[in-house]
Amino acid sequence: MRGCWPLTERDVVDTVLAFARTLRHAGVPASPDRVEAMLAAVAHLRVLDATDVYWAGRLTLCGGPDDLDRYDAAFAAFFSGERPRVVRTTVTVPPRVAAYAPLDAGEGEGDDGEALDLAARASADELLRHRDVAALTAVEREHLRRLFALLVPAAPLRPARRRTPAARGAVHPARTVRRALRDGGEVSRLMRRRTRRRPRRVVLLVDVSGSMAPYADALLRFAHAAVRARPATTEVFTVGTRLTRLTRELRRRDAEQALAAGARAIPDWSGGTRLGEVLKAFLDRWGQRGTARGAVVVVCSDGWERGDAALLGEQMARLRRLAHAVVWVNPHKGRVGYEPLAGGMRAALPSVDHFVAGHSMAAFEELSRVIAHA
Amino acid sequence: MLPGVSEPTVPGSPAELGAALEATGYLPDDGLATAAYLALVMHRPLFLEGEAGVGKTALAHALAQVTGRPLHRLQCYEGLEASQALYDWDFGRQLLHLRAAEAAHANADTAALEASLYDRRFLLARPLLRALEDSPSVLLIDEVDRADDEFEAFLLEILSDFTISIPELGTVRARTPPLVVLTSNRTREVHDALKRRCLYHWLEHPDFDREVAILRRRLPEVTESLARQVARATATLRTLDLLKPPGIAEAMDWATALHTLGARDMDPELAARTLGAVLKYREDTERVQALGAGVLAVD
Repeated sequence: MRGCWPLTERDVVDTVLAFARTLRHAGVPASPDRVEAMLAAVAHLRVLDATDVYWAGRLTLCGGPDDLDRYDAAFAAFFSGERPRVVRTTVTVPPRVAAYAPLDAGEGEGDDGEALDLAARASADELLRHRDVAALTAVEREHLRRLFALLVPAAPLRPARRRTPAARGAVHPARTVRRALRDGGEVSRLMRRRTRRRPRRVVLLVDVSGSMAPYADALLRFAHAAVRARPATTEVFTVGTRLTRLTRELRRRDAEQALAAGARAIPDWSGGTRLGEVLKAFLDRWGQRGTARGAVVVVCSDGWERGDAALLGEQMARLRRLAHAVVWVNPHKGRVGYEPLAGGMRAALPSVDHFVAGHSMAAFEELSRVIAHA
Repeated sequence: MLPGVSEPTVPGSPAELGAALEATGYLPDDGLATAAYLALVMHRPLFLEGEAGVGKTALAHALAQVTGRPLHRLQCYEGLEASQALYDWDFGRQLLHLRAAEAAHANADTAALEASLYDRRFLLARPLLRALEDSPSVLLIDEVDRADDEFEAFLLEILSDFTISIPELGTVRARTPPLVVLTSNRTREVHDALKRRCLYHWLEHPDFDREVAILRRRLPEVTESLARQVARATATLRTLDLLKPPGIAEAMDWATALHTLGARDMDPELAARTLGAVLKYREDTERVQALGAGVLAVD
């Protein structure tokens, strides 16, 4: 970084703007007002000193620890004259979200026939609600997407610290006295208050590994519905071979846009599963700091673990100690005769409060009830 | 803001500020000194994130000392409201004032009496208002991630123009914008809108030499060799992938504990006995004990 700085001062604005462009390509959202702040910061420092410029940019353009590595790489690349190395693979074609393509090949012309059958909407909806999402045709998926738009998961509530006036409950001394003052010093009526309720945080950990691919799209749609319903108290992460925070992407209003943005952000789509390790990363970086504390944590996975099942069991126990409730969603549970035989699943079950299926629309409605009452 | 209004105590460069901070016993690295310098000259709030115990809050104290400004601290918590952060009317005294006026039969003008109720002397200034009135000052908003997101929106308003309007009294404006330091432990993501108005700095654990220097400076009674050993052992512990890696605060506790037990050097047995000063989780302690005292044996 201490290399020579081959610029004169009049180039500074151009250089900073070009650098900000590079940075945006690297995945750091350097917004115009941040760039303006960097220019102001550079003006206060030695503009020809690489270290000063490094810090001026880092302090103003970055907004979180995730940005720092990308910033360092972009800075090194940009000012050493290399072609910027794009850290986040935004260029690669994102894997299409499962809904766009039928997973089972379909029966050729049979698809059209089924489309016509769907004319009997109401009863078809009811049937569709109970169908396994992995076994749906493209048309049925399209239809199911519309059902997802109607899903509004209810938020669980927790008692808040503050209290609120109410008709019933403990006596509220201050209000009682104020009331008495109005009545000329006579306590004519006891005023009451009760604990306020606030939404409890919900954290969704969605497994996007290969074995979960048929269900990942539906689960992410469910996650999107949850984030849209309570943007401030819902967090979504995907797990696979690594942890990705998807909350920001899923905050977009439109489901298709949100899922497309989500798919671009997920680097390990349809890869392997290292649940234990990734869960540990989640707890280290987010969970223990507060994201999982007192929250309802929903793990959506089939429990196929490539790594050490013992580690998964350990981390699940840790999660259980932090969270208010742990819900495990396993799409295979909806199948007749399912037994939790997968190693990871067996290791995790002792730390799970609610074990539910997540294979059909009806199961998702059930899941949203479980979350609300967890 | 006004370029002419700058106090004589403001250092002229990040290096100068760094040296001044060192003189108070706070040892910043280049990045932190630059961050603090820019916050001071650009009148931008400084948003500090990092592990617990890396010296986020201590920086605000050191900056107050360097600039000679008073420090006003707002500790955030869930349910924090404007009446605890900004100002509140002292109802009791207002009532007393009314009674006194009644007793004196000063019933001349009700409008004037009412106006006299909303006088500055009946206003209880909370940290944010105090920091603006007591200008120039250092305002520490500690653990902002613990407050509700509604409170963030409210902070946004104050941090952008450093004014507070009190309907009954008028607008309070800081003559010189206070130096604002916000800290967060990242228990939740603070809203982008708030971060955008700030300089963002992520505080790392100090490197070995700096940690030794900090220990020596803060705990002059601890021997040089003990300080070095504690710093090395703490650095080792940080690499062990623990639930809660020890911060500089824990290292200081540990050195103090060892010193109190009369140690001039760290021996494995003593280290094992005082492990509770650095490790705060049973799992971590078990892990280190299982690895054996050899892990902490140093030099």
